[in-house]
Amino acid sequence: MSPGQIFRFALAGLAANKLRSALTTLGILIGVGSVILLVAVGNGSSQSVQNAISSLGASSITVLHTEGSAAGPAAAAPTAAAAGGSTAFAEPQNLTVQDAQALTQASGVSSVSPVVSTSETLSLGGTSDSGVSLTGTYPSYFPAENDTLSKGSYFTSQEVNTARNVVVLGSEAATDLFGTANPVGQSVLVAGIPFTVTGVLATKGSSGLTSADNTAAAPLTTVQDELTGFGSLDDVVVLAKSASQVSAVEGEITSILDLRHHETAADADFDVLSASTLLSTASSTAHTFTVLLGAVAAISLLVGGIGITNIMLVTVTERTREIGIRKAIGATPGVILAQFLTEATLLSMIGGALGVLGGVIGTRFMIVGVKPVIVPFSIPLAFGVSALIGLFFGGFPANRAANMRPADALRYE
Amino acid sequence: MTRPLPRHEAGPPAEAQPEAQSEAQSEAQSQAQPEPVIRLVSVVKTYGTGEAAVQALRGVSLEVAERDYVAIMGASGSGKSTMMNIIGCLDVPSEGQFLIDGIDTSVLDEQQLATVRNRKLGFVFQAFNLIPRMTALGNVELPLSYAGLRGAERRLRAEAALQLVGLGQRLQAQPQQLSGGQQQRVAVARALVTAPSLILADEPTGNLDTRASADLMNVFDRLNAAGRTIVLITHEADVAAHAKRVIGVQDGHIVADRRVAEPSANPPLLRRAVDGTVRP
Repeated sequence: MSPGQIFRFALAGLAANKLRSALTTLGILIGVGSVILLVAVGNGSSQSVQNAISSLGASSITVLHTEGSAAGPAAAAPTAAAAGGSTAFAEPQNLTVQDAQALTQASGVSSVSPVVSTSETLSLGGTSDSGVSLTGTYPSYFPAENDTLSKGSYFTSQEVNTARNVVVLGSEAATDLFGTANPVGQSVLVAGIPFTVTGVLATKGSSGLTSADNTAAAPLTTVQDELTGFGSLDDVVVLAKSASQVSAVEGEITSILDLRHHETAADADFDVLSASTLLSTASSTAHTFTVLLGAVAAISLLVGGIGITNIMLVTVTERTREIGIRKAIGATPGVILAQFLTEATLLSMIGGALGVLGGVIGTRFMIVGVKPVIVPFSIPLAFGVSALIGLFFGGFPANRAANMRPADALRYE
Repeated sequence: MTRPLPRHEAGPPAEAQPEAQSEAQSEAQSQAQPEPVIRLVSVVKTYGTGEAAVQALRGVSLEVAERDYVAIMGASGSGKSTMMNIIGCLDVPSEGQFLIDGIDTSVLDEQQLATVRNRKLGFVFQAFNLIPRMTALGNVELPLSYAGLRGAERRLRAEAALQLVGLGQRLQAQPQQLSGGQQQRVAVARALVTAPSLILADEPTGNLDTRASADLMNVFDRLNAAGRTIVLITHEADVAAHAKRVIGVQDGHIVADRRVAEPSANPPLLRRAVDGTVRP
């Protein structure tokens, strides 16, 4: 008895009652499809949250200058921080480069980038681009902000130390000024002062209302020299060595700055913000969500499996006489077992294959505002489980058929 | 499928003689006396246990020679169905021995019994018992499938068997498209396609009208004339009249054993059937 022949008998058995086979298959189809789809929805929502947060920089911490910013660069005396001697104000103090340097002492800190920001007009020949947000900082700022280059290079620490007029353009600013031409090595006017373009950043996309790409970044020293003056830093971007260390580093930053500024948490002149605390809450919520959805789907797959047992028991009872005939003309128990197991497994595997198809098609649509992202291993897993369900849940009825006594089976009406 | 069948070796005491002697004996006698196709030795079949036990067979001994054509007659409840189940290897005796072609069935497991049914036996049932939604050809091929034959040879032999019962034109017909008589002839084709040692028919004409019955019995007569061993179970004297030997069963015992013709002779009604003079 060849496997092909057993397979043909099983197909004929299924074809004998097409509606029943189709409905049983539907049970598995829904089970497998919902496992794939719901896990993809969970995964999709978790990924969209993680993407949103990690575009902010998962392990970066921003120390914002708060009350002191009212004084602003204009109010601050140019002499205040130039020589590095921090003037002890009783009132809210400036956030200084020395503060930033102190933060490098904290353990778990990978880099510290002091930042001044301003909005300037960039121009080139007749073209000009106003409202470009210009950041004066250190090269370590780029990795901390998850920036990547599309052309050229970042400016170097050397160029920061020597306050060179070099600038890295955001992708939108570069396109506005240069069109499709390569800006690297070209000169551009920032508020009328010539700067050499060293690189162009890759497109980040818009975050909210403002474009994250209509930007430019230049050495901190140059920006302070030429444009903003030596007042308070606007913020300091601290990159933790890993996302898991972010909260520890936040604590250290707070205590270092409290100490340096002689103040308590109540009258702090800075804020410490991190995306990571938000991220971990959001991703653990999303994970719970995925597991919950997967469990609901797995239950429906189980119910589909019980449907197979049920329908195979009915089939075996209904075909008792046929089983008797087959045994009388020489079918061994093994052949009968194989035939009914094949029927059950075919039911579940056809259901599984259609379920995979349905699940994959389903993930092409937005579901309650979430773009589902297929978890690759969920497909072979769901399909494999459906095949095993056929074997497992079909085993009991098939065994009952195989062990029928032929004389009794033939007498069955 | 190909597990070897253990041969019967010890045998009952009366026949515990050297193999060579029995061979010499059979050679010395006519060719019609080789080992019997079936041999029942004091077969007892009990259903149920204790107080509720019912003895369906109470010590039946019987031998059927090759080419014989035997009708087993009896009223319902006489034990003839139980006998048929035991001869058909569908059931095993509670006591005693049943041998088919010298193979002791009491030592076989369910898989070996299935192989014996496949190779040694062909069944014809009262209710036809064709597999529904399977063509005549498919039904006849089925025992060959279980025997492990390949597609082409299976088809060839199944077609030949259907030709033999006069259904060469209805190969692709489904059972429900055939008349009762035609269905029963498909069943006969299925029974003989494996060239079994014994064709076992249980009330084969029970569901047929007289004309279809006569046609079917004619098929059996011709098969027997061609060398097939046939055991019929029936309660109709008309049917039993076709056999060469008629055995009466009552209350689990054999009560009559009438020889009409020798196993090597033609079946008694064959000539008349060919002449077309059989009463409907």
